[in-house]
Amino acid sequence: MSDDNNPFNILGSDKVPQQGGQAIQEENKSGDLNERIKNLINSSKIFLFMKGNPQMPQCGFSANVVGILNAMNANYKTFDILTDMDIRQGVKEFSNWPTYPQLYVNGQLIGGNDIIMEMYEAGELSEVLK
Amino acid sequence: MVDFTTVENLIKGTLTDAVVKVTDLTGTQDHLGIMIISDAFEGKILIQQHQMIMDILKEKLHSNEIHAVQLKTLTKEKAKAQGLLES
Repeated sequence: MSDDNNPFNILGSDKVPQQGGQAIQEENKSGDLNERIKNLINSSKIFLFMKGNPQMPQCGFSANVVGILNAMNANYKTFDILTDMDIRQGVKEFSNWPTYPQLYVNGQLIGGNDIIMEMYEAGELSEVLK
Repeated sequence: MVDFTTVENLIKGTLTDAVVKVTDLTGTQDHLGIMIISDAFEGKILIQQHQMIMDILKEKLHSNEIHAVQLKTLTKEKAKAQGLLES
């Protein structure tokens, strides 16, 4: 039986589902704030600044984006901006985007909850995450 | 709280071809749903389109005249395809 007509293959792939995102912490908190932010963003192809972590999001919008990424079987890392006020303020200025969550792919800001939802519903997100 | 015509004109001041529709999301005139149709969005990814609008609204957001916005940005072609703009 091929994957196409396997009713349990809801992810549309034969890959084993990921465990979800991996929350990371900074190894080195000294140094320039912009460098710290870049290091975080570049630690994974898909990176999410969020409130809380993938296992326990602290905001409905963050939870929503985590849910979408998990549904797409994405491999991603996250940082909890509630744990660091410098990062929390710094990322807003770095990206010129005022709210969280913020999803980055290949170092580029893709969007917050609204945009990710819209791209997901339009079927455009999978292209971006590739 | 903000006058919707002001918001509309603010956006049209920068994006001169824009079709703008402002919706009051909460009945308090400070949580706005704004749909913007403009060909200035051509070739830009969604976040860049939203950033263009957020830049225009920056002061209104900072002063808290607008508390929150939900944006929908489309090129004219996309809007026509979705039946949001008459062709």
